[in-house]
Amino acid sequence: MAVHEQAVAARGDGVQPVHVSVRGVTRVYGDPVTGIRALAPTDLSLRRGEFYSVIGPSGCGKSTLLDVLAGLSRPTTGTIEFEGRVLDGVPDGIGVVFQEDACFAWLTVSDNITFGLRRAGVDPAEIARRLDYALRLMGLVDFATSYPAQLSGGMRQRVCIARTLVMQPRMILLDEPFGALDAQTRLIMGDELLKVWRETGATVLLITHALDEAAMLSDRIGIMSARPGRIIEEVETGWPRERDSRIAAEHSFGDITTRLWSVLRDESLKSVQLGGGR
Amino acid sequence: MLRLLVVGGFVVALEVLCRTGVISKLVLIAPSEMAIHLFGILSSRKADADILESLTNVMLAVLLSVVGGFAIGAFIHSFPRLRRAIDPFLASYYALPFFAFYPLFIVLFGLGRGAIVAIGVLFGIVAMIISTLTAFDRIPRALVRTASAYRMGPVEAALRVKLPSAIPFLFTGFKLAIAYAFIGVIAAEFIMATSGLGYSISYAFNNFDNGTMYGLMLFVIVLVTAVNAVFHTIERRLLRRWGR
Repeated sequence: MAVHEQAVAARGDGVQPVHVSVRGVTRVYGDPVTGIRALAPTDLSLRRGEFYSVIGPSGCGKSTLLDVLAGLSRPTTGTIEFEGRVLDGVPDGIGVVFQEDACFAWLTVSDNITFGLRRAGVDPAEIARRLDYALRLMGLVDFATSYPAQLSGGMRQRVCIARTLVMQPRMILLDEPFGALDAQTRLIMGDELLKVWRETGATVLLITHALDEAAMLSDRIGIMSARPGRIIEEVETGWPRERDSRIAAEHSFGDITTRLWSVLRDESLKSVQLGGGR
Repeated sequence: MLRLLVVGGFVVALEVLCRTGVISKLVLIAPSEMAIHLFGILSSRKADADILESLTNVMLAVLLSVVGGFAIGAFIHSFPRLRRAIDPFLASYYALPFFAFYPLFIVLFGLGRGAIVAIGVLFGIVAMIISTLTAFDRIPRALVRTASAYRMGPVEAALRVKLPSAIPFLFTGFKLAIAYAFIGVIAAEFIMATSGLGYSISYAFNNFDNGTMYGLMLFVIVLVTAVNAVFHTIERRLLRRWGR
């Protein structure tokens, strides 16, 4: 029995309704015929409330996939449905966290976190309540009045996650959010992300190039091909919802990463030959 | 500290050269004499109207240069092709001798404030446009994507995200716009006005009134330096707070 089949059997939590559906989506930069094909026809379904990670070789179109899912970029062909509606621009209910530091340097931590709420005209009492919750959840209570420049990279990323979180998105998209952090901070941030995911019940799509991160955090992992990218295989981890980074000590963790690498290795080699690994 | 020493040393040297007659009194009066004359002008309040006139002109020119320069810079930045076409003109802009066109400004705006402010704006606005373009280039891509993720339109993104993010870099343009506006306004008052600091300096020069001329010149120097120092301090504090 394949690893992912064992995982599905172990999970045994039934099929959740589809939250996001990607059908035949392609993305070409520049001229549709001669331009750079970032995404080959891609199909993907995310179940409501699941934690899905996408891994793939460098330059395979992972971030492009996130951009079209977030409505930040229009697909060249194909359709994306979010909660049953065809996506046209950035929809309500999706929050995005980027790899780069996206904190507003001119605002304090509190003002950063409540930026979207204030802009949306949310009631001040409700803003205070959500801010308090986000500060506690992300361990930022003591830094509420600090400016981002006074925080470490990991803490700034927490601010960005908190800023997304307070908007109560039903789907959170994360584009290599821990890419610039050291190994220990990544593990801690991964645990915090799992906590956020459990508490909010949001569907999470994580773009990452780290196999262990994907294996540790996800319910399901999609592996992308070399450019033009498409999901060529999906692996179910079968982890319980209550989990943290210590799950890496499980025997099956090694099986999952081995499975991921066996598929990804060939694609990474192709990517290097294409020049995508630069 | 070193900066103060350099300036202080220069002033002392000038004082000694003037007092010992190495530099003729007809050419330059001693800095202490300039200060005494300036004190006399300010305490007699005889130049108040001229100072107010020039400062109003400068403030109008700065306001129009900064607001207009930012708006034009933001607009050009949104259209890369337009920017590529305009860039060479912006780069060579300050090679143009604007004052040669002053009759045209008199025809267009009359002999009053309009023509003087227009010259101040012409001097200041391009520094602000160039500074806005440079500042917008430096806005982290993640912030632009964040604005898009918040479903902001171009104007809201420019005002809520791009402008505050660019402020530390816009300060360069802001300071230059102030300096250029002062130059433009004072110089325009020399040739086009019947009042104002530029006119008063020119009038004193024509009447061999070195005391008034150097006193007012000292006033302009001190004022521009003080304004620049204030904005430089604000800029440094912002940069420190924002970790830039």
